[in-house]
Order: sequence, then C-alpha cells, then structure tokens
Amino acid sequence: MDRFLWSSGLLEMNETLVIQQRGVRLYDGDEKAKLDVGVVLLSTHRLIWRDLKNHECCMAIPLSQIIFFEEQAAGIGKSAKIVIHLHPASPNKDPGPYQSSKFSYIKLSFKEHGQIEFYRRLSEEMTQKRWERTPVSQPIPTGTGSQVTVMSAWWSICVWSVWESLHLTPLPTSVPSSQAFEDLSKLMEKAKEMVELSRSIASKIKEKQGDITEDETIRFKSYLLSMGIANPVTRETHGSGTHYHMQLARQLGDMLLAPLEERGGMMALTEVYCLVNRARGMELLSPEDLVNACKVFESLKLPLRLRVFDSGVMVVQLQSHSEEEMIASALDNVSEKGSLTSEEFAKLLGLSVLLAKERLLLAEKMGHLCRDDSVEGLRFYPNLF
Amino acid sequence: MPVKAKYKERGTVLAEDQIAQMSKQLETFKTHLEEFASKHKQEIRKNSQFRVQFQEMCATIGVDPLASGKGFWSEMLGVGDFYYELGVQIIEVCLALKHRNGGLITLDELHQRVLKGRGKFAQDVSQDDLVRAIKKLKAMGNGFGMIPVGGSYLVQSVPAELNMDHTVVLQLAEKKGYVTVSEIKESLKWETERAGHVLDHLLKEGLAWLDTQASGESQYWLPALFSELSSQDVTPEEANQMVP
Repeated sequence: MDRFLWSSGLLEMNETLVIQQRGVRLYDGDEKAKLDVGVVLLSTHRLIWRDLKNHECCMAIPLSQIIFFEEQAAGIGKSAKIVIHLHPASPNKDPGPYQSSKFSYIKLSFKEHGQIEFYRRLSEEMTQKRWERTPVSQPIPTGTGSQVTVMSAWWSICVWSVWESLHLTPLPTSVPSSQAFEDLSKLMEKAKEMVELSRSIASKIKEKQGDITEDETIRFKSYLLSMGIANPVTRETHGSGTHYHMQLARQLGDMLLAPLEERGGMMALTEVYCLVNRARGMELLSPEDLVNACKVFESLKLPLRLRVFDSGVMVVQLQSHSEEEMIASALDNVSEKGSLTSEEFAKLLGLSVLLAKERLLLAEKMGHLCRDDSVEGLRFYPNLF
Repeated sequence: MPVKAKYKERGTVLAEDQIAQMSKQLETFKTHLEEFASKHKQEIRKNSQFRVQFQEMCATIGVDPLASGKGFWSEMLGVGDFYYELGVQIIEVCLALKHRNGGLITLDELHQRVLKGRGKFAQDVSQDDLVRAIKKLKAMGNGFGMIPVGGSYLVQSVPAELNMDHTVVLQLAEKKGYVTVSEIKESLKWETERAGHVLDHLLKEGLAWLDTQASGESQYWLPALFSELSSQDVTPEEANQMVP
C-alpha cells in the first residue's frame, strides 16, 4: 500500500476512464487497509481508489507500477479479489496513505462483485499499455492549494461531471457473464438428472434387477465416461474397461516401444503422460485415461505393463525386461563399482534418478543389496549376508 | 410368463431399460452442451472466475469434467485440453527444478514459472487452475500433493514421505526460508531428538540444505521457500513477461 499516491482523482488530459466499480475494499498485502469500502477506477494510466463517503480521500497508482496481477476466487464469507503485485516505490515518491509496507502487493476486494469485468479491462489496459503512447500533461497537484492552468481546470471540470454521471448511474452489468452463469445453471440441472439416472442403474446392476449383458455393461461404462461420472459398479468388478481405453492401450503399445527401449525399459507414468500429450498436441489424454489404458495392457496381451512401486511411483515397463533380469543387472552394477547411489546408477544406465532409485530399492527388497543411509546420501552395497 | 414381464408387472423398471433410456437422454444432453459451448466456450477459456464456477457446480452434482479426454465436457467445451496441457507444464517445471529444491515448490513460484513458460500471448491461468490440474495429476502416482503453508501451498512432486511432523516444520520455516533446531524446540515444544529426526529426513530427501557456516546455530534452508523469497526481485524483462 505504500505505492499509492494521494490524488485528486481527476483525470488528466489524454487520460481516459475505462471502468469503475463500487464496493471495493483495499488490502495491504493480506491485511485489510485501514480504509472503508470505496470505488475503484481504472483509467488508461492509473488505478484510482476513492472513499465512497469522503471524496477527499482519494489515491492512485500508475499502471506502470504493476508487475502482474491475478484473481483470488471468492470463498465462504469472502469476496472475490484481484491481487496486484507492484514494483517497489521510488524513494522520491509523492506522499500517500502509507509511508511503508512490508508487502509488495495489494488486493482489491470486490464486495459488490464486478471483479470479472474489472479484471478483463485491467488485462486489456496492461496489454495495450496506452499510458506509454499518450503521456499526460503536468499532473494536477493534490489539494495543497497550488495553481492549476486554466486549460487543465476546464478539462478537469468536464471530466468531473462525466465521472459524476457515471458514479450516479450504475454501470450496466456485464450481460454475457451473467447470462453465462444462468445458462450454466440450467445445464447443470440437466447434468444432475443424468447423474441420478446413472446411480439408479448402478444400484440395479448391483442388486441384479434385470438381465444385463456384457455389452450393455460396456455401453453403460462409456456413458459414465462421457458424462464424467465415477463408476461405482466396476470398482468392485474389474471390468474390461471401455472400448476407448482398449483402443488407447493399443496406441500406447505401438508408440511407447522405442522410447522405452531408449530408457532402459522403464518410464515413469508422468513421463509417459508428457510424451504422449506433447505428441498429440490436441485431444489430450487425461491422467486417468492414461492410467486406465495402462491397466488393460495385460488383458490385451500387449508387451507393456503398468507397475506400481511401494513408494507409489507408477511406471510403464517393457514386459521383456523381467524383474529378475533387472535385479540381477543392478546387483552386477553395484558389485562392479563397490557401491552406488541412485544418482550414480541413473547416470550409468541413462535412467531418471527416480526410477534408478526404485530399481535399487527393489533389489534391496529382494535381499541382494543393503543400504547405508546418511545425510550425505543413500548408498547401496551388495548384501554379503 | 417370462421373468422380464413379471418384473414389469410389479412396475419396477429394469436396468437394461434404464440404460436404453440413458442413451437417449445422453443424446439430448449432448445437444444442450453443444448449445452451451457455442455460446460460452470462449468465456470459459478466457475467464478463470467462470472456470471456478463451472468446476464447483460440476463437483456439487457429482460430475468430474476432467476425468477423461473422451468426456463430453472435454470434447465440447475444451476444458480438458486446457487442464491436461497445464498438467504437462506443471510436471515439466517441477522436473526442471527438482535438483535444486528436492521436489518441493511453492504454488506461487510454480504459478510464475508456468506463466512464464506459456508466454505473453497464451491464455491466462489462475492458481485455482493449477490446483485443479495438480489434483488430476495425483492419479498417476509419483507423489503429487499439496501442503498448506503460510496461507498458500507447497506443491510436492516426488514420493518423499512427509508426515505431520515434516509438514509443521515446513510451515515454521516458511517465514524466513530456513529453520534451526532451537526454533523448532521453542515453537513446537519438541525434544532435540524429534527435531533432529525430522530435519535429517528433509536433508536426505534433498528438501533441505544445511548451512553450518551461519553465525550461531546451524540453519536448515529449504530451497523451495527461499527461492521464492528471492524471486520477488524480478528483472524488468521478467516483469514484462509476467503481465498478461
């Protein structure tokens, strides 16, 4: 809050009002500023705030002082906010409401909404940076009784009356947005019907009220997939997945063979996710799509397997790289070098450190390696017992 | 009389009939969604506040619009690609910094770096967007998680086990980016052994670095925390890139 300057709130020549919003409270960092709720105005050059009751209390920040800003969603009992991160104040800055602040950001709290439109306009102004192209005339000094030129006085009177009319007439609500929320609510009502129907079906399947064929079950699962409804039935009865997942599994089976070979036969699932989605460019896979596809590798007799380590790390590995082989070769490597850390092992095999560690842990689990765990790192030795 | 007819007499609708009904209703719903998309798809993409509303309403009725790329929501509203791509960017940032911070990063720093990586003209993402993308990443194992610290979160991207003791020490370290054994003992009323145990674990996992040269007591620094504190001094070039 120490970046604010006292201001008359009058716009300067070449400065245009973009949007204003009532019901805004200022925050110094995370703390409420010792000010009442007021009006915030955005111009092409500045962010201005004015107390609703006491018009004398008015302050501004040049837009050039803004580094970046972001939204903070509303919560229970909390209004939506826009958080604005600011460059430090220059040492010879004019006086303002705060001498100093431990925060380098302020917040605008929108108690009467309007944050969406304000955010949008602020984004536009920050992108266009109109203040750079239309410098203002000598800024009008704050009410310290100095002289102003006739021209700027005339101009400020015009602007003032415009400001007043805007202030007294409420701005129209941004129609597209409120319409959007209305449409969204209606859509959700219909989606809710689908959810209820699917729950009814699921409970009937459970209680076997009817003659469901395998085919119908698969169809039902695909409906749930389309709607994004969690499947309560197949969590118990491991189904064959949907056709979509089986198709995906086959695609992955083709696509991942070469990358897996290059990486010692194993890749973390997050690595696969990035690889596959970067290759696709659009119509990306969700993390769950990937996991569900990998789960059907075995049933489709593809040469890949999904594997979950004790640590929770999930990998895709080539079936050809059997467990015993991996452990045996890990033991060989460690014996040859006397001892190895995960980093050293990773370098040796061209694996990621994460996966190298998992292999060593596995070998340790099988009793072939033992560890020396110190603050210098985790080192593995052949288990000679 | 066949079994089916008996059920019908009792007035209970059979599952397979409901499935047929669902198929029809699904087609109708798809049409409604298409209409909604034609009007509001752009708004969802551009407006993070609207996205929050959308996500929350879905959650209320029991629908996960991000469960599958094959879902209607993803296909027609394009919300899927937005979050799945964000997931890729999050993974990549975390991977790139892991050697430095051990796999722990503040949500703020992650947000800044993701924004930077997306470039000036890309769609804006909010922290809410990041949080939702991270929640989805959890499905892939690998220890993606969020730890509440100092009013925000630390994002964990490695399977390092962090229990309540570790978490509370991280929270204690948040203000200055480092912590000492004395501070832990004083604030949390622990014994030396317990404090030492927790700090050792953080060291071993690469989440903390030990500064024995510090005047007075040894300091345990958390790169995840102090890199964010120092990154507030952004250069003008970086500042330009961060403005949406």
